[in-house]
Amino acid sequence: MLEKANDNPLRPAAPSLFARLAASQEARLAVITVLVFALMGALSPERFLSVQNITSMAFQFPEFAILALAMTLTMLTGGIDLSVVGIANLSAIIAATILTQLAGGTQGADALGWYALSVAAALAVGLIAGLFNGLLVAVLGLPAILATLGSGLVFSGFAVVLTGGSAVMGFPEVAAFIGNGRMLGIPVPLVLFGLLAAALAFVLSRTAFGLKVQMLGANPLAARFAAVDVTATLIKVYVGSGVLASIAGLLIMSRANSAKADYGSSYLLLAVLIAVLGGVNPYGGYGRVIGVVLAVLAMQFLSSGLNMLQVSNFSRELIWGVLLIFVMIVNARPDLFQFKRRPPAA
Amino acid sequence: MQLSSLRIDWTRNETLVPLVIIAFCALAAFSDPSFLSIPTLTDLLRGSIVLGIFAVAAMLVLISGGIDVSFTAVAAFTMYSTAMLLNTLAPDLPWYAAIGIGMAMGAALGSINGILIVGFGLPTLIVTLGTLSIFRGFMLTFIGQKQITTLPPGMREFGRMMMIRGTNPDGSFYSLPWAFAATVGVIVVTWFILHKTMLGRSIFAIGGSLESARRIGINVRATQFFIYVYVGALAGLAGIIHSSMARVANPFDLVGLELSVIAAVVLGGARLTGGHGTLTGTLLGVALIVLVRNSLVVIGVPATWQMVVIGLLILIGTGLPAWQAKRAAARAA
Repeated sequence: MLEKANDNPLRPAAPSLFARLAASQEARLAVITVLVFALMGALSPERFLSVQNITSMAFQFPEFAILALAMTLTMLTGGIDLSVVGIANLSAIIAATILTQLAGGTQGADALGWYALSVAAALAVGLIAGLFNGLLVAVLGLPAILATLGSGLVFSGFAVVLTGGSAVMGFPEVAAFIGNGRMLGIPVPLVLFGLLAAALAFVLSRTAFGLKVQMLGANPLAARFAAVDVTATLIKVYVGSGVLASIAGLLIMSRANSAKADYGSSYLLLAVLIAVLGGVNPYGGYGRVIGVVLAVLAMQFLSSGLNMLQVSNFSRELIWGVLLIFVMIVNARPDLFQFKRRPPAA
Repeated sequence: MQLSSLRIDWTRNETLVPLVIIAFCALAAFSDPSFLSIPTLTDLLRGSIVLGIFAVAAMLVLISGGIDVSFTAVAAFTMYSTAMLLNTLAPDLPWYAAIGIGMAMGAALGSINGILIVGFGLPTLIVTLGTLSIFRGFMLTFIGQKQITTLPPGMREFGRMMMIRGTNPDGSFYSLPWAFAATVGVIVVTWFILHKTMLGRSIFAIGGSLESARRIGINVRATQFFIYVYVGALAGLAGIIHSSMARVANPFDLVGLELSVIAAVVLGGARLTGGHGTLTGTLLGVALIVLVRNSLVVIGVPATWQMVVIGLLILIGTGLPAWQAKRAAARAA
């Protein structure tokens, strides 16, 4: 049933650079992303390619893209984190409560201090929530999908309990910066996402921890025999996912200028979708950050482009689904699309 | 394991969940004696009608080693399209025709899942995640977004057919619709398939080990295809029942419920790894979730705590057996 993606490192190198590129998932995805961009640009050039649209896209996607990074990290180990949206909202609500209840209406330097405190609190919430998930998965041995489904309900539930289900709003101006500000003309959310993606890519491909994560996902038993501390690695992975989720939460809070228990509920499936579209193997062991970044861009180009074309909002969902299934079929059966010739199955 | 089979195994979900249910009811009855009454029971049963059908469907997929998150979208698609279809083309069709059309439509959508999973060998979670978006997106884009408040007469009639009807001492009414019989029917048919047919054994075998099932000559592809079509038909039925009982077809209903349903099934002892799952456990899981949803206030917990409680129940319900299994494995090693 499970058709492994065609990224077997033992396969002899293809003869030409082109054939090698065509065989890699990320290259195919890059082609798809460029095609989507070109198509949308061609269909409504003066609107889709406008500076205004490009910047508005740069403000929009980082919040769910960061959640997709969190999803990528956990999926690499063969797990999943269904609690990311719950963690994001709970973190945002804790930060928002500190800003509104404790800081009152302070502005200026005082407000900056309070904001720093609220950010620290939000990150701490992400860390603790991630630690909780990590303990459930690594120590108690719960399947990740159930552990995070349950803990996600608990986190969202606490967010509801704290707020009674209503939005928390009224922040000092500094809180708007990470969601709406610019640095050297570049939207801050984009900068933040770029930094986080680069950091994750570095950790996964250049550090011992990254190698352990990939080994763990490819074969947990082999990883254990190779002296990988499975428990500690898994806990770190879920802590990382929790912290990423809380950063996304701060971003959502800043952009919405409020925090609420049910913000971003559509982001959960979107984050899973992006990770899988980006070539992350949901059974673990393979995934590259560059693929996830490409998938995020393809999704955002599609939804902004369709928006320009006045297509109903809901058709995005339809097209996302079609794109996901299409990419999965291409990855599973490249022979159907003549990207390369495969020897007949043994 | 064999030695302890005569004793009560406290870590089995089929033991644990009823204990929690009994404790919950005892607490509720203690704080509000009127809890133990027929209206509470009918409320509980009515709340389990749609959830119960969904849970049976989700359980079947879990037993086979897959996971389906698209069934709520199938149900929403079916109820909305059927209501619209009947309203415009054949408003006079009786209720059983509406159910028949709904189940056929659900089965057709389920066969799309089946083709993608069996035909292309794609992972079930990813396929159904994709089709969840596709079915919902297609319905909202091309069929409609406004809720249908005037259902076709057949569906309206079905929603009004009551098995039990009565009046409370305080003058309010309680009732149990005939739709409940549909849930019972689904349970009986599924029980029959699972335990009295070769098909059912094949479903368990595939979930236990796909490769072993293939080698003993089970037609894995046909069995898997059947599962997704059957689940689609059940989802269609649940959709028609949901809108008949709600007396409105709201295209935004139902979707979002899928993870809670899977949670109820897992609470009842089905395993995500496949091969395990019982109807009794599943129904107990549904009962517990509905009980928490309906009556948390009765035991003195504010309604805002509902999500936290359900989340904790899932963690405890799956954590205890997982912890036990891990300890057993550690002892054996």
